[in-house]
Amino acid sequence: MLNPAQIDRWQNGLEEDGMKAEFQKNGTTLSVKPEGRMDAATSPELESLIRAQMEGMTEIIIDLENVEYLSSGGLRILLSLTQDMEEKDGRLKVIHGNRNIMEVFEISHFTDLLTIE
Amino acid sequence: MKEMTVQATLENIEAVTDFVNAELDRLDCPAHARAQIDIAIDELFGNIARYAYDPQEGPATVRIETQENPQRVILTFTDHGVKYNPLLKEDPELPKKARERSIGGLGIFMVKNMMDDMAYEYKDGMNILSICRIIDQSEKKAH
Repeated sequence: MLNPAQIDRWQNGLEEDGMKAEFQKNGTTLSVKPEGRMDAATSPELESLIRAQMEGMTEIIIDLENVEYLSSGGLRILLSLTQDMEEKDGRLKVIHGNRNIMEVFEISHFTDLLTIE
Repeated sequence: MKEMTVQATLENIEAVTDFVNAELDRLDCPAHARAQIDIAIDELFGNIARYAYDPQEGPATVRIETQENPQRVILTFTDHGVKYNPLLKEDPELPKKARERSIGGLGIFMVKNMMDDMAYEYKDGMNILSICRIIDQSEKKAH
């Protein structure tokens, strides 16, 4: 759990064109909590929102608790961010994926690539 | 049977998904099957939006019908864009290292895995792609 005193940034309900995500920074960890569907229509925008916050981060945590499902559009973001984080010896972690999401990770073998908790 | 014809654009994926979900709700479709069908719409309608009429735009029709014994939903996507049979696409390689991965081909691969049947035909200048998903009410208990 993040210590509220350590949080240096909190954006609640950042929303553009229907994609909603909460961002939280704690040191060099960026936590992102998107809401809704991570699909072909919403994913490009979510990726640019995350990339705008990524500078200097060594860990990105994507909390999928409020994500209903993700398609290959959502996998595309997770792969691209993982590749970039690994490039700089950082990591990307996904947490709280529901059954639909875990199934997508299994079929696509993203279980081999991602840190999933 | 119900159908809807819209411009094949990424923005219209949501309208198509809502249209199909309204029918799935009427069938009391379990949440897991519904999510899989919604993912299939995203992949297949998304492909039509991106490639069928590129660089222009054109229409696509999505039809939903149900059959019994076992209860199943059949979605048919029709467009008159460039001829393309996604079932001929080879399954992607799935290397274990992120830097060796690409996302190409994963969408169709997932749809093949999640649906019970898929069929394609090219007829009268139209791509006609159907997917079938069995609606098993006992999936609710497993959830």
